[in-house]
Amino acid sequence: MIDYGKVLNKTVTDIKPSGIRKFFDVAATMKDVISLGVGEPDFQTPWVIRKAGIESLQRGKTKYTSNWGLVELREEISNYLNRKFNINYDPKDEILVTVGGSEAIDLALRALIGVGDEVIIPQPSYVCYEPITAITGGVPVIINTKAENDFKLTAEELKSAITDKTKAVILPYPSNPTGAIMEEHDLVTIAKVLKDTNIMVISDEIYAELTFSGKSHISPASIPGMWERTITVNGFSKAFSMTGWRLGYACGPKPVMDEIVKIHQYAIMSSPTTSQYAAIEALKNCDEDVQYMLKQYDMRRRMIVSGFNKIGLTCREPKGAFYAFPSIKSTGMSSDEFCEKLLHSKKVAVVPGTAFGESGEGFVRASYCYSVEHIKEALSRIEEFLKEI
Amino acid sequence: MKYEVLKLLSKNAKYTAEDIAVMLGIAQSEVEQYIEELEKENIIRGYKAVVDWEKIDGTYVSAIVELNVVPKAGLGFEEVAEKVMSYREVEAVYLMSGDYDLNLIVKGKTLKDIAWFVAKELATIDSVTSTATHFVMRRYKEMDVELVSGDEDDRGQFFL
Repeated sequence: MIDYGKVLNKTVTDIKPSGIRKFFDVAATMKDVISLGVGEPDFQTPWVIRKAGIESLQRGKTKYTSNWGLVELREEISNYLNRKFNINYDPKDEILVTVGGSEAIDLALRALIGVGDEVIIPQPSYVCYEPITAITGGVPVIINTKAENDFKLTAEELKSAITDKTKAVILPYPSNPTGAIMEEHDLVTIAKVLKDTNIMVISDEIYAELTFSGKSHISPASIPGMWERTITVNGFSKAFSMTGWRLGYACGPKPVMDEIVKIHQYAIMSSPTTSQYAAIEALKNCDEDVQYMLKQYDMRRRMIVSGFNKIGLTCREPKGAFYAFPSIKSTGMSSDEFCEKLLHSKKVAVVPGTAFGESGEGFVRASYCYSVEHIKEALSRIEEFLKEI
Repeated sequence: MKYEVLKLLSKNAKYTAEDIAVMLGIAQSEVEQYIEELEKENIIRGYKAVVDWEKIDGTYVSAIVELNVVPKAGLGFEEVAEKVMSYREVEAVYLMSGDYDLNLIVKGKTLKDIAWFVAKELATIDSVTSTATHFVMRRYKEMDVELVSGDEDDRGQFFL
């Protein structure tokens, strides 16, 4: 009999499976659950994008592309980043098309981090940074960002986390789950801390299109002195409602990208060809669709934030992404307890804040990728729940 | 903003003024004022339920009826249009471009009701030269609402 305990990589087996997996599994077996739990858009991928994918298949475009991705797509990404976020990348050797933003994050960490290197990760944040850092042999250094700072990373917090071993900082803004964004003046103070260091920034900008209240997303790489030390990660999933197409990109200075592309070349070869053809269409002709979706999200956002505050769960205004992150401290329950009880008594699914780091304790994440009617129903069930406890 | 209010109400007439105020980030009193104006100006012509009549067996049949009409001097199609729209069986009346003139949506309880209505009431109008009746066999979408259940939300309940 094979002993799997001896077969498997200890670094991997040591990664604890996400604690809420069990909770999710229970929820999945329940009927008539009203969920505010998903992290992907409810909109269909705009038809012109799907059509472009279909047409590429009809034309028989089903071979590998260049390791870097289709030239035409890289050119469109370059134009897009310039037009939207005022950052410039050469399509030739500074933009790599990846399998979702996720692969781009994985590649960036693997290219930068060796055994013992430290990666600074602000939390609460998306769940992948810590385990991927661990798999590379790196050491995650967690910064618990604070509600009173709107969950932004402050220069002081960053400064105090930096050591001789710091190799990289993750900037996960706009933030899943907190909805926090970093404004220009915030990034300028971060840039000052990093100036004259050999620390790279991995900026996860997958929610860049989704900012509200008249605040546009600011790319860290657009801040003076930051381009040379930033790997910009973005993708098509959230903005164009293309989660299942698995397409993203990593951009950065050539010496970094030359290494990143090596890993991609050996691990992946090239990103899905059909998705790449579809993505060209997304960047060329879908500004209006993105605006339409943004407007719908904004109405839902106002509805859910106002709803939580009205029923007594303090909820700050999320300025980006598509999540509300209300405090449940007034109930006296832990996040896990709140979510479990809410699920069982009212069949409403929200995610405990602790899924995104210890600093998420006292909060829950509620996605507003749902119709206004769905959100209202969920809120009224949560209100009943609060009255009964 | 008035237009935004109208768009939301046309999507769901049950949104309260408070809902709309929250969604648009404006004062509730402002929304109430817009709605009052829209109603007074007859821009909002009514609030009705979108009913899936097929769920209630044997009580609803509808047809599209095409009418060819000889227009009257000075009156055009108005006279006949006004006459047909006064029938309670007629749900909608449109003047059309193309092969025929008036398009009617006619409802009844049975096929026979509609057939008789067309033969007795519509076909006998002086200026109507011919009629063509097409019975509706299945309703897929009504007033922007999909009646045949479309794709289910297949996203699952959780995804980080």
